[in-house]
Amino acid sequence: MTNAVEIRGLRKSFSDLEVLKGIDLDVAEGEAVVLLGSSGSGKSTLLRCINFMEEPTAGQIRLNGDLIGTEQGGRMRYHEADLCKLRTRIGMVFQHFNLFPHMTVLENVMEGQTIVLGRSKAEAKDKAMTQLLRVGLEMKAEEYPARLSGGQKQRVAIARALAMDPEVMLFDEVTSALDPELVGEVLKTMLQLAEDGMTMVCVTHEIGFAYHVANKVCFLHDGLILEQGAPQFVLQTPETQRVRDFLAGHSLFKLPN
Amino acid sequence: MVVEIVRERLLYEWDFVATLADMDLLLLGLWNTIQVFFLALVFGVPLGLGLALGRMSRILVLSQLCSFIIEFFRTTPPLVQLFWFFFALPILISVQMTPFVASVLTFSIQSSAFFAEIFRGGINSIDKGQWEAAKAIGMTRKSSLTRIILPQAVKRMIPAFAERSIELLKTTTLISTVSYADLMFQANELASKNFRPLEVYTVVAIMYFFLILTFSQLTIRLEYRLAKTGEGTLR
Repeated sequence: MTNAVEIRGLRKSFSDLEVLKGIDLDVAEGEAVVLLGSSGSGKSTLLRCINFMEEPTAGQIRLNGDLIGTEQGGRMRYHEADLCKLRTRIGMVFQHFNLFPHMTVLENVMEGQTIVLGRSKAEAKDKAMTQLLRVGLEMKAEEYPARLSGGQKQRVAIARALAMDPEVMLFDEVTSALDPELVGEVLKTMLQLAEDGMTMVCVTHEIGFAYHVANKVCFLHDGLILEQGAPQFVLQTPETQRVRDFLAGHSLFKLPN
Repeated sequence: MVVEIVRERLLYEWDFVATLADMDLLLLGLWNTIQVFFLALVFGVPLGLGLALGRMSRILVLSQLCSFIIEFFRTTPPLVQLFWFFFALPILISVQMTPFVASVLTFSIQSSAFFAEIFRGGINSIDKGQWEAAKAIGMTRKSSLTRIILPQAVKRMIPAFAERSIELLKTTTLISTVSYADLMFQANELASKNFRPLEVYTVVAIMYFFLILTFSQLTIRLEYRLAKTGEGTLR
Protein backbone atom coordinates (compact mmCIF):
# COMPACT_ATOMS: atom_id res chain seq x y z
CA MET A 1 0.00 0.00 0.00
CA THR A 2 1.30 3.46 -0.84
CA ASN A 3 1.70 5.94 1.93
CA ALA A 4 -0.30 9.18 1.92
CA VAL A 5 2.93 11.06 2.53
CA GLU A 6 6.40 9.70 1.98
CA ILE A 7 9.41 11.84 2.82
CA ARG A 8 12.96 10.81 1.95
CA GLY A 9 16.20 12.57 2.82
CA LEU A 10 14.50 15.93 3.34
CA ARG A 11 16.83 18.84 3.99
CA LYS A 12 16.04 22.51 4.38
CA SER A 13 18.41 25.41 4.90
CA PHE A 14 17.70 29.08 5.44
CA SER A 15 20.86 30.74 4.05
CA ASP A 16 23.64 29.08 6.14
CA LEU A 17 21.35 27.70 8.82
CA GLU A 18 20.45 24.06 8.22
CA VAL A 19 17.11 23.45 9.93
CA LEU A 20 16.31 19.96 8.59
CA LYS A 21 19.21 17.60 8.20
CA GLY A 22 17.79 14.57 6.44
CA ILE A 23 14.28 13.51 7.43
CA ASP A 24 12.64 10.22 6.45
CA LEU A 25 8.98 9.95 7.37
CA ASP A 26 6.02 7.85 6.26
CA VAL A 27 2.44 8.78 6.95
CA ALA A 28 0.00 5.98 6.12
CA GLU A 29 -3.46 6.77 4.87
CA GLY A 30 -5.83 7.53 7.73
CA GLU A 31 -2.97 7.89 10.17
CA ALA A 32 -2.57 10.77 12.63
CA VAL A 33 1.07 11.69 13.16
CA VAL A 34 2.14 14.15 15.84
CA LEU A 35 5.46 15.97 15.60
CA LEU A 36 6.95 16.92 18.95
CA GLY A 37 10.11 18.76 19.87
CA SER A 38 11.33 21.98 21.42
CA SER A 39 11.25 25.23 19.47
CA GLY A 40 13.96 25.36 16.84
CA SER A 41 13.96 21.58 16.45
CA GLY A 42 12.57 21.95 12.91
CA LYS A 43 9.09 20.48 13.43
CA SER A 44 7.21 23.45 11.97
CA THR A 45 9.62 23.65 9.04
CA LEU A 46 9.08 19.95 8.35
CA LEU A 47 5.33 20.46 8.35
CA ARG A 48 5.62 23.47 6.03
CA CYS A 49 7.80 21.52 3.62
CA ILE A 50 5.07 18.90 3.14
CA ASN A 51 2.82 21.39 1.28
CA PHE A 52 5.77 23.41 0.00
CA MET A 53 5.07 26.55 1.95
CA GLU A 54 8.84 26.18 2.22
CA GLU A 55 10.72 24.64 -0.69
CA PRO A 56 13.02 21.84 0.48
CA THR A 57 16.71 22.26 -0.25
CA ALA A 58 17.13 18.54 -0.95
CA GLY A 59 15.17 15.33 -0.72
CA GLN A 60 11.94 13.97 -2.13
CA ILE A 61 8.31 14.13 -1.10
CA ARG A 62 5.56 11.89 -2.45
CA LEU A 63 1.86 12.50 -2.00
CA ASN A 64 -0.14 9.28 -2.48
CA GLY A 65 2.63 8.00 -4.70
CA ASP A 66 3.06 11.15 -6.81
CA LEU A 67 6.57 12.56 -6.69
CA ILE A 68 6.38 16.33 -6.25
CA GLY A 69 8.50 18.35 -8.66
CA THR A 70 10.71 17.12 -11.46
CA GLU A 71 14.24 15.82 -11.13
CA GLN A 72 16.75 17.77 -13.14
CA GLY A 73 20.49 17.37 -12.94
CA GLY A 74 20.45 15.56 -9.64
CA ARG A 75 18.16 17.95 -7.81
CA MET A 76 14.46 18.69 -7.67
CA ARG A 77 12.91 21.60 -9.56
CA TYR A 78 9.53 22.98 -8.63
CA HIS A 79 7.14 24.99 -10.77
CA GLU A 80 4.81 27.39 -9.02
CA ALA A 81 1.76 26.13 -10.96
CA ASP A 82 2.47 22.52 -9.87
CA LEU A 83 2.89 23.63 -6.27
CA CYS A 84 -0.41 25.53 -6.35
CA LYS A 85 -2.12 22.38 -7.57
CA LEU A 86 -0.39 20.31 -4.90
CA ARG A 87 -1.51 22.69 -2.15
CA THR A 88 -5.14 22.13 -3.11
CA ARG A 89 -4.60 18.47 -2.19
CA ILE A 90 -3.21 19.31 1.26
CA GLY A 91 -5.13 21.30 3.86
CA MET A 92 -3.27 23.51 6.32
CA VAL A 93 -4.37 25.13 9.56
CA PHE A 94 -2.25 27.85 11.18
CA GLN A 95 -1.51 28.93 14.72
CA HIS A 96 -3.03 32.38 14.09
CA PHE A 97 -6.07 31.15 12.09
CA ASN A 98 -5.43 33.59 9.22
CA LEU A 99 -9.08 33.83 8.28
CA PHE A 100 -9.86 36.43 5.61
CA PRO A 101 -11.33 39.29 7.69
CA HIS A 102 -13.11 40.96 4.77
CA MET A 103 -15.21 37.87 4.05
CA THR A 104 -17.97 36.18 6.00
CA VAL A 105 -17.38 32.74 7.48
CA LEU A 106 -19.23 31.18 4.55
CA GLU A 107 -17.22 33.18 1.99
CA ASN A 108 -14.00 32.13 3.74
CA VAL A 109 -14.91 28.48 3.30
CA MET A 110 -16.10 29.01 -0.30
CA GLU A 111 -13.16 31.09 -1.55
CA GLY A 112 -10.69 28.32 -2.39
CA GLN A 113 -13.41 26.13 -3.85
CA THR A 114 -14.65 28.74 -6.33
CA ILE A 115 -11.40 30.59 -7.13
CA VAL A 116 -8.96 27.68 -7.14
CA LEU A 117 -11.01 24.56 -7.83
CA GLY A 118 -13.50 26.35 -10.09
CA ARG A 119 -16.56 24.91 -8.39
CA SER A 120 -19.89 26.64 -8.96
CA LYS A 121 -21.16 28.97 -6.25
CA ALA A 122 -24.03 26.61 -5.44
CA GLU A 123 -21.79 23.57 -5.10
CA ALA A 124 -19.21 25.51 -3.07
CA LYS A 125 -21.89 26.81 -0.73
CA ASP A 126 -23.26 23.31 -0.27
CA LYS A 127 -19.84 21.89 0.56
CA ALA A 128 -19.02 24.84 2.81
CA MET A 129 -22.21 24.35 4.83
CA THR A 130 -21.45 20.63 5.18
CA GLN A 131 -18.00 21.39 6.60
CA LEU A 132 -19.30 24.17 8.85
CA LEU A 133 -21.86 21.72 10.19
CA ARG A 134 -19.04 19.25 10.79
CA VAL A 135 -17.14 21.76 12.96
CA GLY A 136 -20.40 22.88 14.57
CA LEU A 137 -20.49 26.44 13.22
CA GLU A 138 -23.25 26.36 10.60
CA MET A 139 -25.13 29.07 12.53
CA LYS A 140 -22.16 31.45 12.17
CA ALA A 141 -22.04 31.24 8.36
CA GLU A 142 -23.06 34.87 7.80
CA GLU A 143 -20.86 36.36 10.53
CA TYR A 144 -17.53 38.08 9.93
CA PRO A 145 -14.49 36.49 11.61
CA ALA A 146 -14.04 39.52 13.90
CA ARG A 147 -17.19 38.46 15.77
CA LEU A 148 -15.99 34.93 16.56
CA SER A 149 -14.02 33.61 19.53
CA GLY A 150 -10.54 32.20 18.96
CA GLY A 151 -11.78 28.64 19.14
CA GLN A 152 -14.56 29.35 16.64
CA LYS A 153 -12.09 31.06 14.28
CA GLN A 154 -9.85 28.02 14.37
CA ARG A 155 -12.75 25.68 13.64
CA VAL A 156 -13.70 27.86 10.65
CA ALA A 157 -10.09 27.62 9.47
CA ILE A 158 -10.36 23.82 9.74
CA ALA A 159 -13.61 23.89 7.72
CA ARG A 160 -11.95 26.11 5.12
CA ALA A 161 -9.19 23.55 4.65
CA LEU A 162 -11.58 20.57 4.67
CA ALA A 163 -13.83 22.13 2.01
CA MET A 164 -11.05 21.57 -0.53
CA ASP A 165 -11.40 17.79 0.01
CA PRO A 166 -7.73 17.42 0.93
CA GLU A 167 -5.90 14.09 1.02
CA VAL A 168 -3.89 15.19 4.05
CA MET A 169 -4.42 17.83 6.74
CA LEU A 170 -1.54 19.72 8.35
CA PHE A 171 -1.96 21.40 11.74
CA ASP A 172 0.71 23.91 12.78
CA GLU A 173 0.40 24.53 16.55
CA VAL A 174 -3.27 25.27 16.09
CA THR A 175 -4.09 25.61 19.79
CA SER A 176 -1.05 27.65 20.85
CA ALA A 177 -2.72 31.03 20.37
CA LEU A 178 -5.95 30.09 22.14
CA ASP A 179 -7.19 30.82 25.64
CA PRO A 180 -6.79 27.58 27.64
CA GLU A 181 -10.55 27.11 27.97
CA LEU A 182 -10.97 27.22 24.17
CA VAL A 183 -8.31 24.61 23.44
CA GLY A 184 -10.68 21.73 24.10
CA GLU A 185 -13.21 22.55 21.37
CA VAL A 186 -10.49 22.65 18.72
CA LEU A 187 -8.84 19.42 19.92
CA LYS A 188 -12.25 17.75 19.95
CA THR A 189 -12.78 18.78 16.32
CA MET A 190 -9.38 17.33 15.43
CA LEU A 191 -10.14 14.11 17.31
CA GLN A 192 -13.38 13.81 15.34
CA LEU A 193 -11.43 14.21 12.10
CA ALA A 194 -8.94 11.54 13.10
CA GLU A 195 -11.79 9.19 13.96
CA ASP A 196 -13.33 9.89 10.54
CA GLY A 197 -10.12 8.54 9.04
CA MET A 198 -8.53 11.79 7.88
CA THR A 199 -4.77 11.59 7.34
CA MET A 200 -3.25 14.20 9.63
CA VAL A 201 0.15 15.59 10.54
CA CYS A 202 0.11 17.82 13.62
CA VAL A 203 2.71 19.97 15.28
CA THR A 204 1.49 20.50 18.84
CA HIS A 205 2.54 20.95 22.43
CA GLU A 206 -0.51 19.05 23.66
CA ILE A 207 1.19 15.87 24.85
CA GLY A 208 -2.13 14.49 26.09
CA PHE A 209 -3.64 14.93 22.64
CA ALA A 210 -0.63 13.17 21.10
CA TYR A 211 -1.05 10.28 23.51
CA HIS A 212 -4.77 9.77 22.93
CA VAL A 213 -5.16 10.64 19.24
CA ALA A 214 -1.88 9.96 17.42
CA ASN A 215 -1.05 6.66 15.76
CA LYS A 216 2.54 7.74 15.61
CA VAL A 217 4.63 10.29 17.46
CA CYS A 218 7.87 11.71 16.06
CA PHE A 219 10.26 13.56 18.31
CA LEU A 220 12.45 16.02 16.43
CA HIS A 221 15.72 17.31 17.76
CA ASP A 222 18.21 19.51 15.96
CA GLY A 223 16.78 18.84 12.49
CA LEU A 224 16.51 15.07 12.79
CA ILE A 225 13.89 12.60 13.98
CA LEU A 226 15.33 11.37 17.25
CA GLU A 227 12.59 8.87 18.13
CA GLN A 228 9.42 7.74 16.44
CA GLY A 229 6.79 5.16 17.15
CA ALA A 230 3.50 4.51 18.89
CA PRO A 231 2.71 7.16 21.53
CA GLN A 232 2.80 4.60 24.33
CA PHE A 233 6.44 3.88 23.55
CA VAL A 234 7.76 7.33 22.74
CA LEU A 235 5.84 9.12 25.47
CA GLN A 236 5.99 6.53 28.23
CA THR A 237 9.21 4.61 27.67
CA PRO A 238 11.45 6.97 25.69
CA GLU A 239 14.82 5.61 24.70
CA THR A 240 16.82 8.83 24.86
CA GLN A 241 17.57 11.23 27.67
CA ARG A 242 16.62 14.17 25.42
CA VAL A 243 13.01 12.97 25.11
CA ARG A 244 12.82 12.18 28.84
CA ASP A 245 13.96 15.75 29.64
CA PHE A 246 11.42 17.18 27.20
CA LEU A 247 8.57 15.19 28.73
CA ALA A 248 9.69 16.02 32.26
CA GLY A 249 9.57 19.72 31.39
CA HIS A 250 5.99 19.29 30.19
CA SER A 251 4.78 17.57 33.34
CA LEU A 252 6.65 19.64 35.88
CA PHE A 253 3.52 20.95 37.53
CA LYS A 254 0.60 18.58 37.54
CA LEU A 255 -2.54 18.58 39.61
CA PRO A 256 -2.60 15.73 42.10
CA ASN A 257 -4.95 12.92 41.09
CA MET B 1 -0.58 107.29 9.28
CA VAL B 2 -1.00 103.70 10.49
CA VAL B 3 -4.44 104.57 11.76
CA GLU B 4 -5.35 105.94 8.36
CA ILE B 5 -4.31 102.79 6.53
CA VAL B 6 -6.26 100.65 8.93
CA ARG B 7 -9.29 102.85 8.51
CA GLU B 8 -8.92 102.71 4.75
CA ARG B 9 -8.87 98.93 4.88
CA LEU B 10 -11.85 98.78 7.15
CA LEU B 11 -13.64 101.07 4.82
CA TYR B 12 -13.11 98.75 1.86
CA GLU B 13 -16.48 98.32 0.27
CA TRP B 14 -17.14 94.80 -0.81
CA ASP B 15 -18.98 94.63 -4.08
CA PHE B 16 -19.71 91.22 -5.51
CA VAL B 17 -22.06 92.41 -8.26
CA ALA B 18 -19.45 92.44 -11.05
CA THR B 19 -18.02 89.08 -9.96
CA LEU B 20 -21.34 87.34 -9.63
CA ALA B 21 -22.42 88.70 -13.01
CA ASP B 22 -19.57 86.74 -14.55
CA MET B 23 -20.18 83.58 -12.54
CA ASP B 24 -20.46 81.56 -15.75
CA LEU B 25 -16.74 82.17 -16.39
CA LEU B 26 -15.83 80.84 -12.97
CA LEU B 27 -18.18 77.88 -13.28
CA LEU B 28 -16.55 76.97 -16.59
CA GLY B 29 -13.18 77.14 -14.83
CA LEU B 30 -14.50 74.92 -12.04
CA TRP B 31 -15.71 72.38 -14.57
CA ASN B 32 -12.29 72.38 -16.30
CA THR B 33 -10.56 71.91 -12.94
CA ILE B 34 -12.84 68.96 -12.11
CA GLN B 35 -12.06 67.36 -15.49
CA VAL B 36 -8.30 67.46 -14.98
CA PHE B 37 -8.63 66.27 -11.37
CA PHE B 38 -10.94 63.41 -12.33
CA LEU B 39 -8.79 62.22 -15.23
CA ALA B 40 -5.62 62.47 -13.14
CA LEU B 41 -7.28 60.11 -10.64
CA VAL B 42 -8.57 57.75 -13.32
CA PHE B 43 -5.10 57.36 -14.82
CA GLY B 44 -3.04 58.00 -11.69
CA VAL B 45 -4.54 55.37 -9.39
CA PRO B 46 -4.05 52.31 -11.67
CA LEU B 47 -0.64 53.62 -12.71
CA GLY B 48 0.21 54.01 -9.02
CA LEU B 49 -0.80 50.41 -8.34
CA GLY B 50 1.37 49.29 -11.25
CA LEU B 51 4.36 51.27 -9.97
CA ALA B 52 3.86 49.90 -6.44
CA LEU B 53 3.72 46.29 -7.65
CA GLY B 54 6.73 46.96 -9.86
CA ARG B 55 8.67 48.39 -6.94
CA MET B 56 7.81 45.34 -4.79
CA SER B 57 8.67 42.94 -7.62
CA ARG B 58 11.39 40.36 -7.14
CA ILE B 59 12.72 41.28 -10.60
CA LEU B 60 15.52 43.66 -9.66
CA VAL B 61 15.56 45.73 -12.88
CA LEU B 62 11.82 46.34 -12.75
CA SER B 63 11.94 47.15 -9.06
CA GLN B 64 14.74 49.68 -9.52
CA LEU B 65 13.11 51.29 -12.55
CA CYS B 66 9.82 51.76 -10.70
CA SER B 67 11.61 53.06 -7.61
CA PHE B 68 13.40 55.62 -9.77
CA ILE B 69 10.20 56.82 -11.44
CA ILE B 70 8.44 57.10 -8.08
CA GLU B 71 11.28 58.98 -6.42
CA PHE B 72 11.81 61.27 -9.39
CA PHE B 73 8.21 62.46 -9.47
CA ARG B 74 7.99 62.78 -5.71
CA THR B 75 11.10 64.89 -5.42
CA THR B 76 10.70 67.37 -8.27
CA PRO B 77 8.31 70.33 -8.03
CA PRO B 78 5.05 69.77 -9.93
CA LEU B 79 5.41 73.14 -11.67
CA VAL B 80 8.77 72.07 -13.12
CA GLN B 81 7.23 68.79 -14.29
CA LEU B 82 4.35 70.64 -15.93
CA PHE B 83 6.68 73.04 -17.78
CA TRP B 84 8.83 70.12 -18.80
CA PHE B 85 5.92 68.19 -20.29
CA PHE B 86 4.41 71.27 -21.92
CA PHE B 87 7.51 73.03 -23.25
CA ALA B 88 10.34 70.49 -23.37
CA LEU B 89 8.62 67.36 -24.60
CA PRO B 90 7.29 68.96 -27.82
CA ILE B 91 10.84 70.02 -28.71
CA LEU B 92 12.41 66.67 -27.82
CA ILE B 93 9.98 64.28 -29.50
CA SER B 94 7.99 66.82 -31.51
CA VAL B 95 4.56 66.06 -30.15
CA GLN B 96 2.40 69.13 -29.81
CA MET B 97 0.38 69.01 -26.63
CA THR B 98 -2.61 71.08 -25.75
CA PRO B 99 -2.50 72.58 -22.26
CA PHE B 100 -5.26 70.14 -21.33
CA VAL B 101 -3.31 67.04 -22.41
CA ALA B 102 -0.11 68.29 -20.80
CA SER B 103 -1.98 68.96 -17.55
CA VAL B 104 -3.67 65.56 -17.42
CA LEU B 105 -0.41 63.82 -18.31
CA THR B 106 1.63 65.68 -15.68
CA PHE B 107 -0.81 65.20 -12.85
CA SER B 108 -1.57 61.57 -13.71
CA ILE B 109 2.09 60.64 -13.49
CA GLN B 110 2.88 62.98 -10.61
CA SER B 111 0.02 61.69 -8.46
CA SER B 112 0.68 58.07 -9.46
CA ALA B 113 4.08 58.33 -7.76
CA PHE B 114 2.37 59.27 -4.52
CA PHE B 115 -0.43 56.73 -4.94
CA ALA B 116 2.24 54.06 -5.53
CA GLU B 117 3.67 54.70 -2.09
CA ILE B 118 0.20 54.61 -0.54
CA PHE B 119 -0.48 51.29 -2.26
CA ARG B 120 2.88 49.91 -1.14
CA GLY B 121 2.26 50.96 2.46
CA GLY B 122 -1.24 49.47 2.38
CA ILE B 123 -0.13 46.16 0.89
CA ASN B 124 2.81 45.84 3.28
CA SER B 125 0.56 46.55 6.27
CA ILE B 126 -1.42 43.34 5.65
CA ASP B 127 -0.37 40.48 7.90
CA LYS B 128 1.92 37.91 6.26
CA GLY B 129 -0.49 35.21 7.45
CA GLN B 130 -3.02 36.38 4.86
CA TRP B 131 -0.60 35.60 2.03
CA GLU B 132 0.13 32.25 3.68
CA ALA B 133 -3.53 31.27 4.07
CA ALA B 134 -4.22 32.13 0.43
CA LYS B 135 -1.16 30.19 -0.68
CA ALA B 136 -2.14 27.19 1.45
CA ILE B 137 -5.49 26.80 -0.34
CA GLY B 138 -3.67 26.79 -3.67
CA MET B 139 -4.16 30.41 -4.76
CA THR B 140 -1.64 31.93 -7.15
CA ARG B 141 0.19 35.09 -6.10
CA LYS B 142 -1.98 37.07 -8.49
CA SER B 143 -5.29 35.90 -7.10
CA SER B 144 -3.97 36.21 -3.54
CA LEU B 145 -3.23 39.85 -4.30
CA THR B 146 -6.52 40.69 -6.00
CA ARG B 147 -8.86 38.57 -3.85
CA ILE B 148 -7.28 38.68 -0.40
CA ILE B 149 -4.63 41.38 0.01
CA LEU B 150 -5.85 44.38 -2.01
CA PRO B 151 -9.45 44.38 -0.73
CA GLN B 152 -8.07 44.68 2.80
CA ALA B 153 -5.27 47.08 1.90
CA VAL B 154 -7.58 49.47 0.03
CA LYS B 155 -9.71 49.94 3.16
CA ARG B 156 -6.68 51.03 5.13
CA MET B 157 -5.49 53.28 2.30
CA ILE B 158 -8.59 55.45 2.04
CA PRO B 159 -7.56 58.20 4.51
CA ALA B 160 -4.12 58.57 2.91
CA PHE B 161 -5.67 58.36 -0.53
CA ALA B 162 -8.18 61.12 0.29
CA GLU B 163 -5.44 63.30 1.74
CA ARG B 164 -3.31 62.93 -1.38
CA SER B 165 -6.25 63.59 -3.70
CA ILE B 166 -7.09 66.83 -1.90
CA GLU B 167 -3.47 67.86 -2.26
CA LEU B 168 -3.68 67.00 -5.97
CA LEU B 169 -6.84 69.05 -6.42
CA LYS B 170 -5.16 72.10 -4.95
CA THR B 171 -1.98 71.56 -6.96
CA THR B 172 -4.00 71.67 -10.19
CA THR B 173 -4.09 75.48 -9.78
CA LEU B 174 -0.61 75.36 -11.33
CA ILE B 175 -2.06 74.51 -14.71
CA SER B 176 -3.25 78.11 -15.07
CA THR B 177 0.42 78.87 -15.84
CA VAL B 178 0.23 76.97 -19.11
CA SER B 179 -2.94 78.84 -20.08
CA TYR B 180 -5.36 76.04 -19.35
CA ALA B 181 -8.66 77.64 -18.39
CA ASP B 182 -9.03 76.08 -14.94
CA LEU B 183 -10.74 77.85 -12.06
CA MET B 184 -7.57 79.73 -11.08
CA PHE B 185 -6.93 80.87 -14.65
CA GLN B 186 -10.49 82.11 -15.02
CA ALA B 187 -10.18 83.94 -11.72
CA ASN B 188 -7.05 85.75 -12.88
CA GLU B 189 -8.78 86.72 -16.13
CA LEU B 190 -11.87 87.95 -14.38
CA ALA B 191 -9.93 89.92 -11.78
CA SER B 192 -7.97 91.79 -14.42
CA LYS B 193 -11.21 92.55 -16.20
CA ASN B 194 -13.41 93.79 -13.37
CA PHE B 195 -10.67 95.11 -11.03
CA ARG B 196 -12.28 93.29 -8.10
CA PRO B 197 -9.58 90.73 -7.17
CA LEU B 198 -10.65 90.53 -3.52
CA GLU B 199 -14.18 89.55 -4.46
CA VAL B 200 -13.07 87.22 -7.25
CA TYR B 201 -10.57 85.30 -5.11
CA THR B 202 -13.01 85.16 -2.22
CA VAL B 203 -15.60 83.52 -4.44
CA VAL B 204 -12.95 81.18 -5.86
CA ALA B 205 -11.81 80.19 -2.36
CA ILE B 206 -15.40 79.35 -1.45
CA MET B 207 -15.76 77.28 -4.63
CA TYR B 208 -12.61 75.27 -3.84
CA PHE B 209 -13.81 74.88 -0.27
CA PHE B 210 -17.11 73.32 -1.30
CA LEU B 211 -15.54 71.19 -4.02
CA ILE B 212 -13.01 69.68 -1.63
CA LEU B 213 -15.52 69.39 1.21
CA THR B 214 -17.82 67.39 -1.08
CA PHE B 215 -14.94 65.14 -2.09
CA SER B 216 -13.81 64.50 1.47
CA GLN B 217 -17.40 63.78 2.57
CA LEU B 218 -17.64 61.19 -0.19
CA THR B 219 -14.48 59.44 1.00
CA ILE B 220 -15.72 59.40 4.59
CA ARG B 221 -18.98 57.83 3.45
CA LEU B 222 -16.98 55.25 1.53
CA GLU B 223 -15.00 54.52 4.70
CA TYR B 224 -18.22 53.94 6.65
CA ARG B 225 -19.57 51.63 3.99
CA LEU B 226 -16.39 49.54 3.89
CA ALA B 227 -16.06 49.51 7.69
CA LYS B 228 -19.30 47.55 7.89
CA THR B 229 -17.62 44.50 6.41
CA GLY B 230 -14.97 43.41 8.86
CA GLU B 231 -12.07 45.60 9.90
CA GLY B 232 -11.62 49.11 8.61
CA THR B 233 -10.09 52.45 9.47
CA LEU B 234 -13.12 53.58 11.46
CA ARG B 235 -13.74 52.24 14.92
